[in-house]
Amino acid sequence: MAAQKDHDADRITIGEDMTIYHAATQKQALIDALKASTRLEIDLSAVGEIDTAGFQLLVLVKREAQRLGKQAHIVAHSEAVRELLDFYNMAAEFGDPLLIPAAGA
Amino acid sequence: MDEITSVFVTESREQLAALESALLQLEHNPGDDDTLNAIFRSAHTIKGGAGVIECTYIVSFTHVVENVLDTLRNREITLDADLIALLLACGDHMGQLLGVLEAGASAPDEELSAEGEALLQRLQAGKGASTQAPNTNPTAGTPAAFDALIESSGGGAVETDCWHISLRFGPDVLRNGLDPLNFLRYLGEIGHIERLETVADAMPAAAEMDAERCYLGFEISFSSTADKAAIERVFDFVRDECTLHILPPHSRLNDYFTLINALPEDLMRLGEILVRVGALTQHELDEGLSAQLAPLAGAAATDAAAPTQAPQIGEILVEHKVVQPELVAAAVARQKQVSENKAAEARLIRIPADKLDRLIDLVGELVIAGASVNLLASKSGSEALTEATSLTGRLVESIRDAALQLRMVQIGDTFNRFHRVVRDTSRDMGKEIELVISGGETELDKSMVEKLGDPLMHLVRNAMDHGLELPAVREASGKSARGRLELNAFHDSGSIVIEVVEDGAGLNRERILAKAIERGLVQAGQALTDAEIYNLIFEPGFSTAAQVTNISGRGVGMDVVRRNIQGLRGSIDVSSEPGKGSRFAIRLPLTLAIIDGFLVGVGEAAYVIPLDSVVECIELSAEGSERDYVNLRGEVLPLLRLRQLFGMEGELPSRQNVVVVHYAGSKSGIVVDQLLGEFQTVIKPLGSIFRHIKGIGGSTILGSGEVALILDVQALVQRCASKEAQHVPGAARALPTTSRS
Repeated sequence: MAAQKDHDADRITIGEDMTIYHAATQKQALIDALKASTRLEIDLSAVGEIDTAGFQLLVLVKREAQRLGKQAHIVAHSEAVRELLDFYNMAAEFGDPLLIPAAGA
Repeated sequence: MDEITSVFVTESREQLAALESALLQLEHNPGDDDTLNAIFRSAHTIKGGAGVIECTYIVSFTHVVENVLDTLRNREITLDADLIALLLACGDHMGQLLGVLEAGASAPDEELSAEGEALLQRLQAGKGASTQAPNTNPTAGTPAAFDALIESSGGGAVETDCWHISLRFGPDVLRNGLDPLNFLRYLGEIGHIERLETVADAMPAAAEMDAERCYLGFEISFSSTADKAAIERVFDFVRDECTLHILPPHSRLNDYFTLINALPEDLMRLGEILVRVGALTQHELDEGLSAQLAPLAGAAATDAAAPTQAPQIGEILVEHKVVQPELVAAAVARQKQVSENKAAEARLIRIPADKLDRLIDLVGELVIAGASVNLLASKSGSEALTEATSLTGRLVESIRDAALQLRMVQIGDTFNRFHRVVRDTSRDMGKEIELVISGGETELDKSMVEKLGDPLMHLVRNAMDHGLELPAVREASGKSARGRLELNAFHDSGSIVIEVVEDGAGLNRERILAKAIERGLVQAGQALTDAEIYNLIFEPGFSTAAQVTNISGRGVGMDVVRRNIQGLRGSIDVSSEPGKGSRFAIRLPLTLAIIDGFLVGVGEAAYVIPLDSVVECIELSAEGSERDYVNLRGEVLPLLRLRQLFGMEGELPSRQNVVVVHYAGSKSGIVVDQLLGEFQTVIKPLGSIFRHIKGIGGSTILGSGEVALILDVQALVQRCASKEAQHVPGAARALPTTSRS
């Protein structure tokens, strides 16, 4: 687990690939970080590779934040992350937390 | 005109040609559903394309035609000869509208609009009250009007012309290393993902969420020319682990609602997603939803405890007459045909003609360069080098043939156009004419095919108008009432022969002669063969038709026909037999660019004789060196001495050779000094100042860099023959001007 938590800025930085191999540990780290903070900033600038499992984690964090009334922002995207979010057409939804759809609505 | 418009125009013209030939086929075979479907598809494709380039006047006109075709398919109206004629006229009108588009005008002019209106009214009248009259004003095709048209069609088809793909991945795909991303990226390679919506609704709350499970689904609007099977193949690897729904373009609204019902997510949410993807419009969604929700509300009011199982939305739509019930089997069959059609299209590539021309130019240069390498290799005496160059030479030859082959097209398409012409003209003239086509698969250079259209049209019209008689006349002379018109194409000694043959009255020898004498083309009392007399009809200003009709007979045709054919380095001949009919034979060279040549030497100069016309080579015997003919195995072979013909000085060699050439059935011998062998010849045109020199067809460049002239065998043979006729008037009977092959 290479994520580091910056207590001053409530910031979590993920420094390794967001692939299925790290998905379980990254999920825990992200959910823990969200629990400990009301405004979480996620730094993905060092993510070299991201797959659909990693993408699901981002969706999960966004949704959990919404559910808990907290805020989670991705403050820095690496090229791979930006490209994937564009492909899945989620950049707009992620950019504005209010538009995250509640399940089943 | 931008590229997409020009592609649209080209393709639509092809569709129109297909539509026309299918209509003609339908006339002979009225009950054929496949043909009817083909016609519908052509009209539909044109409409779809016009919609893409937003050419509203074509959309609105074609739409009405398509509606009529649809009612025909549904057997609501029956097809008769009048309707076919009307539909043919509509096809012509669509062609004119394409012309308007091509010319860059924003709308057809008044005359054309009025013509369109008239056609549409006739269509509506024929169709009866089966559908309400759509907006037929070709200029008022605003998007709103288009909406109205769609609704009035009663088909309930949605507007988008994209595929809709609905995907739900199974939980284990990620663990199995099958990342959805890869499949979707691959999908993007066989078409364009217009819009993709990620559906993550299946993902549970964080505590239950397993980071290695996949919870995702996708709604995709996808534009592609691929068929459904090809789209399905993209997902072959995950087929067992995903739910895949594919809706083809223009699926019916209720197909979408069937899909919505089949998917796990909530109806409203899915509806929104479909609208966002662009599969449905808000209007279409509301229409479906209100039908879905109204009975629910009613049920809730009357009996709150009633089971809330909603009726299938498709049924509701059908009940509410939003969608006409249609047999699923028919839809599947249609779709299969479309996909077969698409597969056939995919085997063809469109290339701009100038790219091909450039390739052929380059191949020409390669041939010339190869010749010079050959020369150097044989001079060097190195065996290995000679061998290597001969191998390259063979390859160059293959490349040349393959490159030329690229430009070759079958003449069949050109011939098939005449079905329509013959049909219309024979109706107008009250004649019964059967068109028989053979050799449609014969290939010739595309540029030649294009230039052949007009001369052929003229010959065919002429044959129908002047050649074939009225049924009564035919029966009186003991022939069948139905006239026969043949279009034949075949290869013959390096040229292509195209024949227009009819079994009509034949040319009137006496009348032609009288007319020719009257016009001063020949002298009265001049001895002429039948063939010579018949060929007088190609002289300028010559028409023997007693009656000038609007089809032909203005005397401005046959000479133009001959000029056009000669412009293609070809020739035209006519032969005729009184009471039995006439045969027009057009003879054309195979290609315009590169030929196999036979290199000969006279004095210092080299000449090229097209190899196709060379029959054999013989040595000129001592006795032959004084006469202008030799005895070739019992035949008289007239000789043509190049040395004399081109006025060349110099010592006669000790031995001369004769190259025996033939053209259109007659042989001549060309006397030369040396035989230098076969030579691939790239034809370079001569400058315009040499245009009137007879006997020279062009020039080429030899391996040594010298220029060699290409002999025009046709002109030489004819010159030889006419010289013979002058010397021996009695021999004129053997005049080789016609071929009765």
